[in-house]
Amino acid sequence: MKTIYIMWLRELKRYFRSKSRMIGSLGQPLLFLLALGYGLGSVFQAAGQGNYFQFLVPGIVGMSIIFTAIFSGIQLIWDRQFGFLKETLVAPVSRLNIMIGRTLGGATVATIQGIVVFILAMLFGFRPDNWFLVPVAIVFMLLVALLFTALGTGIASLLEDMQGFQLIMNFLVMPLFFLSGALFPLSGLPTILADLTIIDPLSYGIDSFRALLVNTTHFGLGVDFTVLVIVTAVFLVVGSYLFSKIEV
Amino acid sequence: MENIIEVKNLVKKFGDFTAVDDISFDVKKGEIFAFLGPNGAGKSTTIKILTTLLRPTSGTITLAGHNPTKDPEEVRRSFGIVFQDPSLDDELTAKENMDFHGILYNVPSKLRKERTEELMKFVELWDRRNSLVKEFSGGMKRRLEIARGLLHHPKVIFLDEPTLGLDPQTRNHMWSYLQELNKKEGVTVFFTTHYMEEAARIAQRIAIIDHGKIIAAGSAEELIKQTGTASLEDAFLKLTGNVIRDEESSATDRLRTRRQAWGNKKH
Repeated sequence: MKTIYIMWLRELKRYFRSKSRMIGSLGQPLLFLLALGYGLGSVFQAAGQGNYFQFLVPGIVGMSIIFTAIFSGIQLIWDRQFGFLKETLVAPVSRLNIMIGRTLGGATVATIQGIVVFILAMLFGFRPDNWFLVPVAIVFMLLVALLFTALGTGIASLLEDMQGFQLIMNFLVMPLFFLSGALFPLSGLPTILADLTIIDPLSYGIDSFRALLVNTTHFGLGVDFTVLVIVTAVFLVVGSYLFSKIEV
Repeated sequence: MENIIEVKNLVKKFGDFTAVDDISFDVKKGEIFAFLGPNGAGKSTTIKILTTLLRPTSGTITLAGHNPTKDPEEVRRSFGIVFQDPSLDDELTAKENMDFHGILYNVPSKLRKERTEELMKFVELWDRRNSLVKEFSGGMKRRLEIARGLLHHPKVIFLDEPTLGLDPQTRNHMWSYLQELNKKEGVTVFFTTHYMEEAARIAQRIAIIDHGKIIAAGSAEELIKQTGTASLEDAFLKLTGNVIRDEESSATDRLRTRRQAWGNKKH
């Protein structure tokens, strides 16, 4: 228990100390939110889909969560490079607990980042449909954050250095984001695209945010929840296994 | 006396390269043991296998009665290690690094506080306890690592070139602390070094490894007598030759170089 706590605390301390990382990672979501939100607003409205800004905010919250979460997981590579990983790997504690602590820490950070984007969006006029559902939405944010931190940790367990980082960004994180329906509605898509969005776990995350924040859903909240829980569990198990096999 | 470390026919291969080639040795309980060899001889690889960071290709090992491959957690409970290369968290303060270690090793909180203060004063970092480690010089980081490695009192302590880059004062200081710990608590000390006079002075027994094989073992006097030389340094050179070894650069080194080239942008 103590191990999990200390690993979690470390992630949080590192996050709050690195102001440039906090601010830097808000730039991209803000740009998407303002440029796309205002830029495509009138087209969206004209197509009879309603207020694009309201539609987009849950997607951008999801975007900042997936980026921060995967990045937190990938930080494992830095720990490996700069030696700190060894310190934790030789400690007489179970690697499962180390992995869980790290993942919870990364997920907490990603959730905070999601909440910050949510608050910023409110400054620009976003209003949730039902205030009482906001805490539930935060629980879902944490779930999505856990899922992708576990994924990031699992991948990082397999990598020796940062060489593979671009590969992960371009062939994993970007596709996951663009195919998730963060930017467009999931209904009425061409078949191939629709199939891709169905296998993207982020689709269910963002759909759940929409269900809770702006009261529109594609899959239904029950489906979202089930899929997210199952995928998170699988990623945690696989991630822990890969982490336990690390050799330095 | 009882053996705390037993290594039999240990082999470690990385692809075609044999880093450790069928070595066997024992370390007795309560002994100060030096493991010497030129760069790339297989010292660090052996230590990594003993400390559960690498799995051996073949051979059997027991550390404090347990097998590092089969029972890693039990083995991890019985040793402490100061690594050759840094293993601190740069983004945490010196004291946070100590606390982190203490908690991972389950040192009771009162004892942890006492020892943290004692050790950090001992390595003269107590005044800097609340500074981030990234602000420290290389020597300060080294000292902090040593203090951290001593925070829990294990059965065996591994020190992989612990005195590299330390001034003579700190070095002497550190060894007297370790010798004290060895005498008082019977902690077995297993260390590597490139300073031969250090090995001759501190170690009760020495093993010399080269090209993955142990080529000589015994006390400093025995090794000197065996080779008919005047000092351990001469004995070492006679046994291992005068050729300078290359070590393959690891991914870490490559990344460090690149990070320097970027002008330390991250920090």
